[in-house]
Amino acid sequence: MKKTLTATAFAALLTASAVNAGTRDYIYIVGSSTVYPFATVVAEHFGRSTRFKTPKIESTGSGGGLKLFCQGVGVQHPDITNASRRIKKSEYDRCKANGVTAITEIKIGYDGIALANSNKAPRFELSRKDLFLALAKEVPDPKAPDSGRLVPNPYERWSDVNPNLPPYKIEVLGPPPTSGTRDAFTELAMEGGCKQFGWIEALKKKDKKRFKAICEGIREDGHYIEAGENDNLIVQKLVANPKALGIFGYSYLEQNEDKLHGSKVDGVAPEFELIANGKYPLSRPLFFYVKKAHVGKIPGIREYIAEFTSEKAWGDEGYLVDKGLIPMPKEEREHYAEVARKLSPLKF
Amino acid sequence: MSKKRSPIKRRAVREAVAANLERRHRRDRRLRRMGLAAIVIGLGFLAFMFVSIAVLGYGAFRQTHIRLEVNFEKAELAPDGKVDKKALAQADYQRLVKRALRERFPQVRKHRLKRQLYHLVSSGAGYRLRDLVLAHPRWVGSRRKVWLPADDDVDVWFKHHGAGARLTKAQQEWLASLQERGEMRTFFNSDFFRNGDSREPEQAGILGALVGSFYTLLVTLGLSLPLGIAAAIYLEEFAPKNRWTDFIEVNINNLAAVPSIVFGLLGLAVFLDFFGMPRSSPLVGGLVLTLMTLPTLIIAGRAALKSVPPSIREAALGLGASRMQAVFHHVLPLAMPGMLTGTIIGMAQALGETAPLLMIGMVAFIVDVPHGVLDPATVLPVQIYLWADSPERAFLEKTAAAILVLLAFLVLMNLAAIWLRRKFERRW
Repeated sequence: MKKTLTATAFAALLTASAVNAGTRDYIYIVGSSTVYPFATVVAEHFGRSTRFKTPKIESTGSGGGLKLFCQGVGVQHPDITNASRRIKKSEYDRCKANGVTAITEIKIGYDGIALANSNKAPRFELSRKDLFLALAKEVPDPKAPDSGRLVPNPYERWSDVNPNLPPYKIEVLGPPPTSGTRDAFTELAMEGGCKQFGWIEALKKKDKKRFKAICEGIREDGHYIEAGENDNLIVQKLVANPKALGIFGYSYLEQNEDKLHGSKVDGVAPEFELIANGKYPLSRPLFFYVKKAHVGKIPGIREYIAEFTSEKAWGDEGYLVDKGLIPMPKEEREHYAEVARKLSPLKF
Repeated sequence: MSKKRSPIKRRAVREAVAANLERRHRRDRRLRRMGLAAIVIGLGFLAFMFVSIAVLGYGAFRQTHIRLEVNFEKAELAPDGKVDKKALAQADYQRLVKRALRERFPQVRKHRLKRQLYHLVSSGAGYRLRDLVLAHPRWVGSRRKVWLPADDDVDVWFKHHGAGARLTKAQQEWLASLQERGEMRTFFNSDFFRNGDSREPEQAGILGALVGSFYTLLVTLGLSLPLGIAAAIYLEEFAPKNRWTDFIEVNINNLAAVPSIVFGLLGLAVFLDFFGMPRSSPLVGGLVLTLMTLPTLIIAGRAALKSVPPSIREAALGLGASRMQAVFHHVLPLAMPGMLTGTIIGMAQALGETAPLLMIGMVAFIVDVPHGVLDPATVLPVQIYLWADSPERAFLEKTAAAILVLLAFLVLMNLAAIWLRRKFERRW
């Protein structure tokens, strides 16, 4: 027995040294955990309806995905990265420095960020300003909001923030700072609310760093509870505690509509049509980026993109919509389908 | 002097003992009760965990099916008139499913309602039909009643008797009608053991993860067993006792206590970045887990070698055996059961590990079942992690079922370890 085992060990080591010069016959995708549920569905349909292998998809987060994507050209590097935000200039430059020059950007639709609580308690009607005041680390002095003075967040109950809100203790369960949902929440909700103070808005031009610090700092005194990356866990905790509010992607709200109801933000409820037409303020675009140098080298990339940008996937009645993607308007879809066909490179 | 006072002292001792006796017995009983309580609490937690997972997960082993009369029309399956494998493999079977649904519920006319109707059946039903037709080409041109897998929302609705499902009123009415006529029932969910991962809960299976775990453990076993045994034999039987071997021993003990994620980082830096091995492959996973289990194996191996009495070694040497013959002919066979037990426990530990695999890309969506150590793969605990994070409600029971499968394997491996020990163990 020992002989065979030693033989296996040697065989394993030999193959290990041989794979260096290998090729890859499946597409390798990385990136955002928000796009992951959509990309995986497309990959599955693609794998079943074509002669190509099913792509491998790793959920690394938008930033992590772009980092891997920009490491270079070659079979060990990913072909496509998903992102729940646009590529940054710094990331683009990094790509370029590593020889990844031609990148195609394809927008796939929108994702709504929902605030929700158990439907055993009344529905919240919030404004972005309420959210900022309830969750920021430091807020303008309530006695003199325009004085430019900040105090540590004194609000304990929702009714302290806005007399129209219920007198519940402020308890918000949300994602940790590593999450793309958190980035989008701070950018869309917190910044949106904080800009409504004239003097803070004015800071944006003068002192961008300070502006970011004020608007994006989330309180750490137990009123905002970091509930981990697992959104199912947040749903369970909300059911157990009807007065608490949770922050997660729209698809989780859609799957749990018998237990939770989404809060109105600035008077608009997180509903499919309202997110699609841009009325709901907390929505963000989703993208994927294609490495043009790999198209034609790795089999199936062109066909995968065609599947993703087909009407039966991302159209108004496509299968991605069933999974919670908010589709783009028809003209925008046509535009990006064209970009996908031509693989037009992104320009900064 | 002592003789004179002894009767008094003896009596005093006896009195003191009698006075203390009750208290000492009480303490004794209390300790025993506390020990028993600790075990009961421990077992209680274990039973609670098993029962709650089993209750949640047993549903996943059954899958709701709907019976439909499908018209395997020739014009649809082979539009150019040729009924051959190629044409049959490429036909649009989902259309047959949709037509069968429309025929079953002819009253549904509105486009919106039709879409809801199509959602009763799994989007993988077409692939089921394709497999059936390819297996029975004679079916082409006939009408047949077939059981097709239902959508995951329907599955949740049926298993929980209508509670907590996301179905519209119309859909619930159709389902009630199907149920009344006996056209809906659950079957053993063989897809769960035959498929790789899927984003549709009713099509998701654990075969991919099981095979991935198998290959990963194969690599781990193939590398760590010979290396572990060789290292243990050298350190125990041949190495001189000096500062160097002491240093090595301390390091091995320390390595056994290093958090497993560190091995993942090491694997990323060495195997992926430096050697350029394929990401997400069982080969790299196995190498990383080898690093993790090797110290455990060496420690267990040395303990097993140490427990072989020196007299056996000395007798062999006394009869003229060389050091190597003494070790391989006499000491090692006696130490083997202990080493194997250590190995199996190390393997069980490796089977349940996720953290180091995160770093080397084994936490990924992989549908195809791997065919070798170089194909991308996930392992069982990673599959559990991925399903636990999925929004669809039906994945809840899949997660629990996958945990049950993992636990079953762990129990089997531990039983094997106990059996080996019982069978081969010798006491001196």
